[in-house]
Amino acid sequence: VKVSIVGAGPAGLYLALLLKKTERAVDVRVFERNAPDATFGWGVVFSEETLGALREADYDTHLAITDTFARWDRVDIHYRDRVLTSRGHSFSAIARKQLLEILQRRCRPLGVDLEFGVEVDRVPDGADLVVGADGANSVVRRAYERELGTSVEPEGCKYVWFGTDLVFDAFTFIFRETEHGLFQVHAYPFDERTSTFIVECPEATWRRAGLDELSEEESLAFCEHLFARDLEGHELFSNRSIWLSFPKVTNGVWHHGRIVLLGDAAHTAHFSIGSGTKLAMEDAIALRDALVRRAWDVEAALVDYELERQPVVERTQRAASESAAYFGRVASYAHMEPIQFAFNLLTRSGRITHAGLTVRDPAFTRALDSWFGRTDAFVTPPPMFAPFRLRALELPNRVVVRPGTPAAGAGLVLSGFVAVSPEGRITPETPTIADWAPAARPVALQLGHAGRRSACCPRSVGVDVPLRDGWRLVSASPLPYGPFSAVPDELDEDGMTTVREDFVRAATRAAELGVDVLELDFAHGYLLASFLSPLSNHRTDAYGEDRLRFPLQVLDDVRDAWDAVLSVRLSVTDWARRGVSVDEGIAVARALAEHGCDLVHVVAGQTIPEDRPEHRRGFLTSLSDRVRAEARVPTLVGGHLTTPDDVNTIVGAGRGDLCILDLPPAHVERERTPAPELVDRAVIPS
Amino acid sequence: VNIGVGLPTTTPGTDGALLLEWARRADAGPFSSLAVLDRLVYDSVEPFAALAGAAAVTARVRLATMIVIGPLHPAALLAKQAASVHTLSGGRLTLGLAVGARLDDYQVAGVEHRGRGRRLSEQLAYLRGDVDADRIGPARDGIELLVGGGSGQAYARMARYADGYAHNGGPPRAFAGAAARARAAWRDLGRPGRPRLWGQGYFALGDIERGNAYLRDYYAFTGPFAERIVAANLTSARAIRDFVRGYEEEGCDELVLFPTVADVAELDRLAEAVAG
Repeated sequence: VKVSIVGAGPAGLYLALLLKKTERAVDVRVFERNAPDATFGWGVVFSEETLGALREADYDTHLAITDTFARWDRVDIHYRDRVLTSRGHSFSAIARKQLLEILQRRCRPLGVDLEFGVEVDRVPDGADLVVGADGANSVVRRAYERELGTSVEPEGCKYVWFGTDLVFDAFTFIFRETEHGLFQVHAYPFDERTSTFIVECPEATWRRAGLDELSEEESLAFCEHLFARDLEGHELFSNRSIWLSFPKVTNGVWHHGRIVLLGDAAHTAHFSIGSGTKLAMEDAIALRDALVRRAWDVEAALVDYELERQPVVERTQRAASESAAYFGRVASYAHMEPIQFAFNLLTRSGRITHAGLTVRDPAFTRALDSWFGRTDAFVTPPPMFAPFRLRALELPNRVVVRPGTPAAGAGLVLSGFVAVSPEGRITPETPTIADWAPAARPVALQLGHAGRRSACCPRSVGVDVPLRDGWRLVSASPLPYGPFSAVPDELDEDGMTTVREDFVRAATRAAELGVDVLELDFAHGYLLASFLSPLSNHRTDAYGEDRLRFPLQVLDDVRDAWDAVLSVRLSVTDWARRGVSVDEGIAVARALAEHGCDLVHVVAGQTIPEDRPEHRRGFLTSLSDRVRAEARVPTLVGGHLTTPDDVNTIVGAGRGDLCILDLPPAHVERERTPAPELVDRAVIPS
Repeated sequence: VNIGVGLPTTTPGTDGALLLEWARRADAGPFSSLAVLDRLVYDSVEPFAALAGAAAVTARVRLATMIVIGPLHPAALLAKQAASVHTLSGGRLTLGLAVGARLDDYQVAGVEHRGRGRRLSEQLAYLRGDVDADRIGPARDGIELLVGGGSGQAYARMARYADGYAHNGGPPRAFAGAAARARAAWRDLGRPGRPRLWGQGYFALGDIERGNAYLRDYYAFTGPFAERIVAANLTSARAIRDFVRGYEEEGCDELVLFPTVADVAELDRLAEAVAG
């Protein structure tokens, strides 16, 4: 069997030595464009878990690598003249150049044919297996982009990769405010003399600072000056260090015929979670294992390899994208207290949660919990159980439950949609304010008018299934909502007056009923939401020119009539082309807060039925995070949160203030089909 | 989890006698449903015709489409076909609908491929809303509706109009991800209770190579994905039991195992595997 590997980076070399070690008879050639000692970048990071995998795959390299490692278990966060430290994050790093030397040294005696200085401009002939391990700009991949379903998109900030002779003793994040915007550094040691020092900032900041026009030397000097205090008199070193945008590489499939991709050629993961080299070397192990398992049936092995690696890599890529996006908007968290800022940073990618961090570093979460609970007690409850105060209302904890779920123990109970008038009901079963009474306390009364989504069958049947004999609908514009929906009347001035009066009357009634939180429904395409979106508001009058006008009038009226906590349920984005974008939704939230809204209940979509939602666990968290940080208003968020850990993490990191929890039923027994029946039926009469 | 079995309407060597015998035995066996696949450009039996035949020789099992490519049919015709099978079977139809994965099915049917999602939504609204029910019988009451598909819109469509979700196969972990998305969509659309979750897998317990060859051919249009589907073919009793257990743990309500070999002995082998 002949194997040609393009690219002598960690992935290619490691695969070469693993293959040769496993099967001496295999002819393994590695082609590399550069010289053996040419290398770019500085250090690379491994986690303990990866080291375990390397140890198992090839003990010799594991030994050589770990011998030269820099190790640490601390993350230091330099923020506003404070240094916050979190422990228990076991990492190791090695100079990339050293790693390559070790791998080359191990390859040669095993009989791997290493050819350096060979420009590979096309896929090599004559091999039974061609491996594209030639990095993010893979030549091998580019020959088959269509077949592989390749996508390359920039993600995250502008960044530049330096070295420094300052040896950090922890993974170090540095945040530095400048007149141009926030800059941040990711720095870590990788041997006894040197550290990696990556500087990044959003593109807009980068341009404001004029970095787009500086030479390599000038931008190094700029960074050295900016971080002089942190560098403690040490220098930055350049190694073709130019400002880059990180390319996110994905491929639908990783192999085509006898060609397979490995490492960055197949997938990249943003450097801010430090997983690129780890993924590449794990790919090499998985590919070797698959070839062994399938007895060198190449096609079958490549399928196996892909099946095993793709789910793992996709999860890492998702976390990496979350992390990249976090660093892109980190300036919006600059108002946070240091401990919360640090917790938010540590939990940015979703891979570390409050519970996970408690296992790694109990002291850190205790510090967070006591700060969060504003208590210096020795024993403090986690954020989920911290009371929450809004105006005169103090909720005992952060858990909000939907109607129909057990309310005992919850901090706040949602009423479900209650219509301000009979015409505003969603279905004939929808309560109106006239016939509603709270079932539990504290309660948030969700007041709304369903607009063009009125007059539908009960939701046990379906959603937006029109009633046979409904009633006349009103909306911002005469556009039917979904298939077979009636055309609504355009709400006229008289209608608006009536709706405003209905809301005020309902608010007065809510006060009589002792409601704790009043929540106005500006979401999901109901009447007030229909005004907010260009997809449902085609008016040419003042209510079309200023789509917030009518909803804000209702809000103002209710605010005047209602002294207690006022919340607005808002579709922050339409999740649809030409609809309300997240940025626009945040601007709406800001306007709501200016008009006296105390809390935004963050939802999205349903402005039109054919929107593009991505429902999954926690699908609203990032929207709540942005609304809270950028509109600076407290938020209530759901989005299928299923564990107390979700709540602790969201609330503790300041991504939301209250969470709707969809707890699974608390039972550990389950039904079982009786076995005897199965056995009886197993013998089938012919 | 309930275990259903597929009717071999798409496998080579199928004929009318075999399909009816298969249905009869499935009805007598430990299976709770009998399901069909849909493909126009292939040597396969039309799903509603197959289920109508099965209805005539069965009395107990649910009859399910996993799935029918809805937009290939006009909504009224689809409703009529489904309601007819429902009537013929005494109310045992589960109608799974999706947009399907192949362009050529649309081309040959002379139906626009663009806008297929929107048309599926219209069909679901038509079925669920009993539109034209006063003039187009038989009655659709009690037809269980499922929606399949992996896009965000498919899950939303499911939560809006259907009773549950039809997953397109894969390891239990993939099903778990889909189940979470289905539940999240269900909550977001304000539906009470929870969605019914249907899963599926392929098996070959006798002539494995024949089964794999069929899968390679049936999924040739997916290019390299065909080999992945072959790799997932359940070819031992142990693999089937692990698969069932995995799906059960992830909250699957109905797991349909589709044959890849048209041989009634496969039914006996499956029954044994499931029972053992």
